Amino acid sequence: MTDTDLHTDGRFGLDRRITLPGPLRLDGGALLSPLDIAYETYGTLDADGGNAILICHALTGDQHVASNHPRTGKPGWWARMVGPGKPIDPARHFIVCANVLGSCMGSSGPASINPAIGQPWGMAFPVITIRDMVRAQAMLLDHLGVGALLAVVGGSMGGMQALSWPATFPERVKACVVIASTARHTAQNIAFHEVGRQAVMADPKWRNGDYYQDQDPPAAGLAVARMAAHITYLSEAGLTEKFGRKLQARETKTFGFDADFQIESYLRHQGIAFVDRFDANSYLYITRAMDYFDLAEEHGGHLANAFKASKARFCLVSFDTDWLYPTSESRAIVHALNAAGAPVSFVELSSPFGHDAFLLESPELNRVVDGFLRAGL
Amino acid sequence: MSLRPDLAIIADHVAHGARVLDVGCGDGALMAALRDTRGVDARGLEIDGGNVAAAVSRGLSVIQGDADVDLADYPDASFDYAILSQTLQTARRPDVVLDHLLRIGRQAFVSFPNFAHWRVRASLLWGGRMPVTPLLPERWYDTPNIHHLTIDDFRSFVADRGIVVEGAWFLSRGVETSSAAANFRAEHAVFLLKH
Repeated sequence: MTDTDLHTDGRFGLDRRITLPGPLRLDGGALLSPLDIAYETYGTLDADGGNAILICHALTGDQHVASNHPRTGKPGWWARMVGPGKPIDPARHFIVCANVLGSCMGSSGPASINPAIGQPWGMAFPVITIRDMVRAQAMLLDHLGVGALLAVVGGSMGGMQALSWPATFPERVKACVVIASTARHTAQNIAFHEVGRQAVMADPKWRNGDYYQDQDPPAAGLAVARMAAHITYLSEAGLTEKFGRKLQARETKTFGFDADFQIESYLRHQGIAFVDRFDANSYLYITRAMDYFDLAEEHGGHLANAFKASKARFCLVSFDTDWLYPTSESRAIVHALNAAGAPVSFVELSSPFGHDAFLLESPELNRVVDGFLRAGL
Repeated sequence: MSLRPDLAIIADHVAHGARVLDVGCGDGALMAALRDTRGVDARGLEIDGGNVAAAVSRGLSVIQGDADVDLADYPDASFDYAILSQTLQTARRPDVVLDHLLRIGRQAFVSFPNFAHWRVRASLLWGGRMPVTPLLPERWYDTPNIHHLTIDDFRSFVADRGIVVEGAWFLSRGVETSSAAANFRAEHAVFLLKH
């Protein structure tokens, strides 16, 4: 591909959207068609197509991995990892990041229009899985002319997709980077998500998911869901260091229920900021997909079987203060990969920031990912 | 880049294209040499996260883990060689680690500092203090070497267990020395073992 092609080929660039005919056969049995996918690409696809890297985003992430978010104006959510001079570099790589199926940033989800009735899907949208998200990404790569991926990279729920890639399309993945993630949701993971979903559903404005036409979404419920989830992204030590028992802009306790403590004010802010950018029904669908995720279950109960057909190299990274997807979960994946004979690297990095550490500045994480990716060339 | 002398001996005796597990691989110096000069498919296990990051950043497949705990996860006979260099004396259960090594690898290289070297003996005999030598530079309270052993200890250990010694090399000041009186003269030993 020449530069001219790149500039005239509307498939490539920032803030793209494509409607694919499908149908996409979902794990739940339904057929989805057509299929909208919002995505971005960075860099130029080599003539042999060998430099493509797919980046998979987390639960509330989006396709704007390294470009400013059109709504909030904030820098891309992983500009620390993706960009000029970074481990994933548009000067060397052709980078694709797509909004996941079920989300609300332009890809098909409960807030998008159900073509059969010309109205938003709401809860009529089929329940989806992590593997469905991956299959949708594969359809996008077909559209972009990408065959095998040099690497698929993701953190948290993005790591679940990254793990599912070699299990679902073994011939299409050469390397797989899984950061702060897991091969299955535990009872505790499901429990926290269920609290969030019940908070949304208990909000009278939710109305069984049919709230779109009045532009009056269940913001209070979704904010509470986000507050509960946000706690799981941080470590106790991090919370203590940042907030402790400090009071919020006051000298003494009020003996009331205002946000007396800084941590309360912080969480309320996190909740309110979230509802401006995220759809409550999408939150239900994506958390469900994560809860259903159990890669071993999809392969006869043995995680190693998931990787039997794959020739990919794997790199797993966990963080010592991440209690959402702790190191033991990464080790279980490493164990399975060893049993499958796959080349695997694993390192537990030290950080005070809990699960969120994968999104924050981490020279060690960058060093590991950079070295791992370069080794494949 | 020159390898540590015990690693150089191991590197010289690994077959081309073999599958190798380096237990306690440090920053991956031996693995990189084996990969680059002998086309070896090398995997590593290393306890220190900084070392793992360094090894991964040279493109090696290394898992952060503890030989005392994580060797149990590796399938039988999954490697041609399992290598344990300068790590045996740091294990909580060297005997168990050695069993795993010979289970996982068809052959095993083991290298360790010899506590019966004359300089160590002299230091203890005349100084009456735990020896601090170039090869054993830590003091008694901060050393990772919790199971000091001698070449003769190791020989009788493998003989008792019916382990076959397929090769043995001895080093003094980084230079290979004869096996005669090795227990006295060698600072360092490398054994190639097989069950």
